[in-house]
Amino acid sequence: MAATPGALKCEGDQSTLHPRKITVLPSVTIRFAGDSGDGMQLAGTQFTDTSALAGNDLATFPDYPSEIRAPAGTVAGVSGYQIHLANTEVYTTGDAIDALIAMNAAALKVNLRAVKSGGLIIVNEDAFAANDLRKAGYESNPLEDGSLRNHRLVKVPMDAMNAAATKDAGLNPRDTDRCKNMFALGLVYWLYGRSMDATIDYINKKFAKKPAVAKANLLTLKAGYHYGETCELFEEQYQVPRAKLAPGTYRKMTGNEAMALGLITAARMAGQDLVYCSYPITPATDILHELSGEKHMGVITFQAEDEIAAMGAAIGASFGGAISATATSGPGVALKSEAIGLAVMTELPVVIVNVQRGGPSTGLPTKTEQSDLFQAILGRHGECPIPVIAACTSTDCFEAAIEATTIAVKYMTPVMVLSDGYLANGSEPWLVPDASRLGRIVVEHPTADGKPYRPYLRDGNGARPWAIPGTPGLEHRIGGLEKQDITGQVSYDAVNHEKMVKLRAQKIANVKPVGASYLWTGPEKGDVLIVGWGSTYGAIKEAVLALRAQGVAVSHCHIRYVNPLSERIGPLLKAFTHVLVPEMNLGQLSMLLRARFLVDAKSVSKVRGQPFTVQEIEDAVRATMGAAPSFPVPAQATADADAGG
Amino acid sequence: MEAVMTPTAAKPNDYASDQEVRWCPGCGDYAAFAVVKKVLAKLNLDRSKTVFVSGIGCSSRFPYYMNTYGFHSIHGRAPTIASGLKIARPDLDVWVVTGDGDALAIGGNHFIHLIRRNLNMKVLLLNNRIYGLTKGQYSPTSLQGMKTKSSPMGVLDRPMHPISVALGAEATFAARSIDGDVKHLEFVVERAARHKGTAFVEIYQNCVIFNEGAYQFATDKLTKAENVLQLEHGKPMIFGANRDKGIRLRPGGLTPEVVNLKDVPADSLLIHDEHATDPTLAFMLSRLGQPGFPEPMGVFRDVEQPTYDDQVHEQVQQAITQKGGRGDLQKLLTGTESWRVS
Repeated sequence: MAATPGALKCEGDQSTLHPRKITVLPSVTIRFAGDSGDGMQLAGTQFTDTSALAGNDLATFPDYPSEIRAPAGTVAGVSGYQIHLANTEVYTTGDAIDALIAMNAAALKVNLRAVKSGGLIIVNEDAFAANDLRKAGYESNPLEDGSLRNHRLVKVPMDAMNAAATKDAGLNPRDTDRCKNMFALGLVYWLYGRSMDATIDYINKKFAKKPAVAKANLLTLKAGYHYGETCELFEEQYQVPRAKLAPGTYRKMTGNEAMALGLITAARMAGQDLVYCSYPITPATDILHELSGEKHMGVITFQAEDEIAAMGAAIGASFGGAISATATSGPGVALKSEAIGLAVMTELPVVIVNVQRGGPSTGLPTKTEQSDLFQAILGRHGECPIPVIAACTSTDCFEAAIEATTIAVKYMTPVMVLSDGYLANGSEPWLVPDASRLGRIVVEHPTADGKPYRPYLRDGNGARPWAIPGTPGLEHRIGGLEKQDITGQVSYDAVNHEKMVKLRAQKIANVKPVGASYLWTGPEKGDVLIVGWGSTYGAIKEAVLALRAQGVAVSHCHIRYVNPLSERIGPLLKAFTHVLVPEMNLGQLSMLLRARFLVDAKSVSKVRGQPFTVQEIEDAVRATMGAAPSFPVPAQATADADAGG
Repeated sequence: MEAVMTPTAAKPNDYASDQEVRWCPGCGDYAAFAVVKKVLAKLNLDRSKTVFVSGIGCSSRFPYYMNTYGFHSIHGRAPTIASGLKIARPDLDVWVVTGDGDALAIGGNHFIHLIRRNLNMKVLLLNNRIYGLTKGQYSPTSLQGMKTKSSPMGVLDRPMHPISVALGAEATFAARSIDGDVKHLEFVVERAARHKGTAFVEIYQNCVIFNEGAYQFATDKLTKAENVLQLEHGKPMIFGANRDKGIRLRPGGLTPEVVNLKDVPADSLLIHDEHATDPTLAFMLSRLGQPGFPEPMGVFRDVEQPTYDDQVHEQVQQAITQKGGRGDLQKLLTGTESWRVS
């Protein structure tokens, strides 16, 4: 079965040996699933890169377990990577799977539910022996017991094929087995008429120092491709034509990459170095990885001893005049909270990124959730407001990071950016901006003018001056104790304290958005309005487009600046009969909207570590419209339901 | 010590702010304050390039009284603020002023990591073995059995030895002095100021309100000489009012013992070596104390090693050199795998 490397012409090649029917699809959702050691994330990202190069719009969703290596073959160890590609704009990673590649029985068990009826399932049939079935918790073999009769099942002996293909490379059995993800990838490349070139380049570069490993991976990749071509298992091949995207240069980017690039860009726009202080935590750690590799961009990274130290160091760097930032997840924000209060009190600019995950406590560290909204806005001691910007797509993290830095410096305040596991690890194409047209972030450090320096004298934005050490004549002391207005001297005066609390609150309430405060689709009054924030953007957007296409009058408001909320939102909410708020929490934004605008906003809640599907949003809208005037409790518990019994 | 010299000779009070000093009358913090001002003046340090950072506690009021830049932060976290500041601004002369609770209890983690990184800054720990600001609870350095407001039947916790902790965290400079011996304190603080790297100074400090007399053994004129061992580099370890006692290693082991000079040959005494690469001697000295041994005062260890702040910036420069210049933003944004849509 061994293929000859290089023998295959694979430039966009649709089979020539055994011509198949080529079915053109506008969009397709593919999921690679296997054991966490099976290299599914790599197979997925390679397929993504190739699809992006082929001109598709796409969105990806890696879904991996929190154990690095859970017991092999068990459902706990299943790692998945989902790709939704289309010839139109893609907003989500796809509701239901068109094609599942399952490398073992557990991967099939975990993912079968998400496969469309009639969908394609390609299994590695070598991983369905009695022992594999037992570890996956199957009582009978799903490949034989008829349980897949509603799907198109293709059984491929991948272990055997991979071993045969790579036998000339001279790897030991364990290393040989680790190549089988490339066999599967090759097969999927053939099925979707994709070029192998980008992956061949990748393998050659990645294993430049391990020629045997490179050879084995190339052999099995091509063997997989040939297998599709020569075997009679597939009746057709598929083609997803390129999408019509705005002209320009594109790249693929995850939310964490976008956040890192955004922070670097913001520092450049401010004409400063970036000082990034962080402690590793899932799913925010990749931002630290990205930034620590970009030192030549004028980036200093400091891996602190804990979350508190990371926050303290970011504040210290800011006191010194640097553009400083930290990123973490909810548990880390909890630890940083006291220090965030110090930054509020000392009025120093720091960007704090929270890549949210399932909580509380260690919770579901690798799964996505939006349950830190209250923490971001309200979760500190004292009256301690800060601006909070919620990125709504993976690539929006780039903009959010720049906006947060701009506001932090302009208003002299810490600013929080909310992302989540779905945005952080998911990726999508990004129209690369022209760096020369990004504008400037104005940073002013005063110098002595002969008058006594007044550290808490405010400008028109309510911001205090940012005098930094090293400036002769402006020596001053700041700290956590309450400050006297204007002079900044320690003050225990009660009236002054109330004044300062109000000044700090007013400063944040007056923050003017740098980018869109909220995104809007549809008419500004009507029957149903869906209000969302953060990563639910794609699912809500697709649902709204689908519903509107079906003649259902529904509008969509997606809030980016969750604090301060735009005053314009209130009247808009009141112009609709029904206001639905889908969130991956028990109804935090809906409670804020109710409290702030006195509207009957209803929560649509999901806290399962997985994003909303488009269908779930559509169902919620239909249920509302069919059940006026009062919205019934959605399938999952909501805060309202709990409160109201 | 890197600060730029100011043109005219400075006086200690040039470094005092206009704030009224509010420590209790008789507090040992006054001595530390006076000495620090004096050392800064002696070294003619530029006020505008000097930053005092503190946490919470009586000692942490320190920055408010200095006419330099200052940051009175939150409990235990001064090392974190100071680290970020020094990393961003290696040109600044950064001093952390802390206490036994601030540095060793709530801020213990930051304290050890600051020291192990060897950031180029000074750390003055005013150790009064009690919580003063919260009015009299035991601290990590309170002695076992001590009765305080939160230990009416006596402290159970074993006390920490700050210098042992610092050396365990790879301190490149560790020293001890006492508020009651201002000349010695000045000597030690100046040595710290001149050290390149994290310079840790433990200052025995008397709390007149909640722990009066904690260090009487080392301040009482009658007993002081018997209870204190003055460390001097290259000199044998001799103490006593008549300088008739010494420290040596018990033959055949690593256990120190007090000996009478007339009983042993002079060359059997331990010779102090501040600059020893191996920290074993310094650590052994950090374990000596009452009862049974005199408490060493002076510089335990002073070695030079690369500082974190220098190395951070060296790495940035190295990256710029390796990549053939400071990074181009457009190139970064475009990445290595991009495609054109026309």
